[in-house]
Amino acid sequence: MKILVCISNVPNTTSKINFVGDNKAFDTQGVTYIINPNDEFGLTRAIWLQQKEGANVTVVTVGEASCEAILRKCLAIGADSAVRIDAQPQDGFYVASQLAAYAEKETFDLIITGRESIDYNGGMVGGMLASYLKISYLANCIHLEKEGDKIHLQREIDGGKEILKGSFPIVIGAQKGLVEEKDLIIPNMRGIMQARQKPLNVLAPIEINPSSSIQSYEKPAPKGPVKLVDASDIDQLINLLQNEANAL
Amino acid sequence: MSVLIYIETQEQEIKKSSLEVASYGRAIANAKGSSLIALTFGLQDASLLSQYGVEKAYIISTDGDIHFNADRYSDTLVQIATKESAELILVSGSTNGRFIGSIIAAKFQATYFSNVIGLPLSYDPIEVKRSCFTNKAFNYSVSKQKKVVLSLSSNSFGVHEKPEDITQEVYKYVTSASTLEVVSVEKSSNKVSIADADIVVSGGRGLKGPEHWHLIEDLATVLGAATACSKPVSDMGWRPHSEHVGQTGKPVASNLYIAIGVSGAIQHLAGINSSKVKVVINSDPEAPFFKAADYGIVGDAFEVVPELTSKLKALKEV
Repeated sequence: MKILVCISNVPNTTSKINFVGDNKAFDTQGVTYIINPNDEFGLTRAIWLQQKEGANVTVVTVGEASCEAILRKCLAIGADSAVRIDAQPQDGFYVASQLAAYAEKETFDLIITGRESIDYNGGMVGGMLASYLKISYLANCIHLEKEGDKIHLQREIDGGKEILKGSFPIVIGAQKGLVEEKDLIIPNMRGIMQARQKPLNVLAPIEINPSSSIQSYEKPAPKGPVKLVDASDIDQLINLLQNEANAL
Repeated sequence: MSVLIYIETQEQEIKKSSLEVASYGRAIANAKGSSLIALTFGLQDASLLSQYGVEKAYIISTDGDIHFNADRYSDTLVQIATKESAELILVSGSTNGRFIGSIIAAKFQATYFSNVIGLPLSYDPIEVKRSCFTNKAFNYSVSKQKKVVLSLSSNSFGVHEKPEDITQEVYKYVTSASTLEVVSVEKSSNKVSIADADIVVSGGRGLKGPEHWHLIEDLATVLGAATACSKPVSDMGWRPHSEHVGQTGKPVASNLYIAIGVSGAIQHLAGINSSKVKVVINSDPEAPFFKAADYGIVGDAFEVVPELTSKLKALKEV
């Protein structure tokens, strides 16, 4: 069984978000990068399948050389090999096209993307990738269990969950629930040492134009101070919510 | 030329987020001088859509197949979009809307914009405002081609009535191959889902344990609200993770968000930032949530919340 886990290099969840150059570029100053949390839930699930079923796990990212740190981390967590497609990720369509061109040449049974990246939140790579490969996609995947040729899956939906069965090959959009936060693997020294010996291949991108471009960024307008209401005056809170905020 | 919208239903009722998409589609169709066409699966009567400006509704008869299937739904949508020479396909920001949006875009060879806030700023080329960095910023994106699929961020346009005459046509379901089949659906006991709720009541670690969750539930019941929780609460297993809101949980864009005993970690605030009015009740005046909230009470949730619930209840009974 071959598994591909698609990884995004994203700013840490606590990063301050600022823009430079006339608000045309993200300010990377002082920002540390991490494996996109949704991708990491997916990677952890892949490692379980590696340990239980002997699956082979490849991680892939579309990005410049600076992304190799998180790929090494994925290898230290337990992935068998890593691939970096050497290009600046320009938009979701561009990334999905690059990943599809790579995945077409290999035959992966299971491809895992994160539900969305926490920087651009597009939620588009998984669905596009599956469509280009002409296979099914399951977004918001919170359960995946292999039973012979069959897979038991669950998807989080608005107000509950959906129980599904499926078969390989398939693309899933991973999120919390697929594994829990406490299940995430912290690389140990042995893993880190081994990661240095594992293959990290750099591939040239295919020639393709992005479908969109970002003109500029903007931060939300600063918010006014909170209006404090005394704990003994609940009526005032209700009054403000009804008559000032029009929220009740 | 036309604008096509995907209308989601639940038990023969059109979802509020889809009425918002219809209203949004009407405004776009007017700006472009196009007609507004809707597509819905398994619904018996789509005439309600005429109130929101839909001129034609395709009712796809799914022959008793009641479950959402992204492969078949997207193939059907793309077939109709091609038949009606649509340039724009609009979906809601719901779980299913976002699921299907990227797939439709790939099959329709269109640009895909998710998390779109309000109307496009221009139509040729299409430029939209989108939220990014989990609501900590916005970007202005331009499509390099005419065909575009937009997923509208919930509550960013609103539901507006704009009656039009409607024709309805029953159309066949494209039953393409799919390797996924739904076995069953488990709805949580909550009556209102976070995605559809006008009001969300959320609890954090300050509630000290799952046994105190009736405080949150009672207030939510009185308000007709959905219940939610912070990340630590779902990590500790006090509440199911379908209730976890924040950066790695569900996004919230309700009209009113009431946070009780939630300190307001940056990841939590990011997830709820698009809610219009935010209220915090917390015993710690230094809790970061007070900086993000519109209204706040520094006080003991175990005293404040029952009083708030009973006063609201009395108000509703008048």
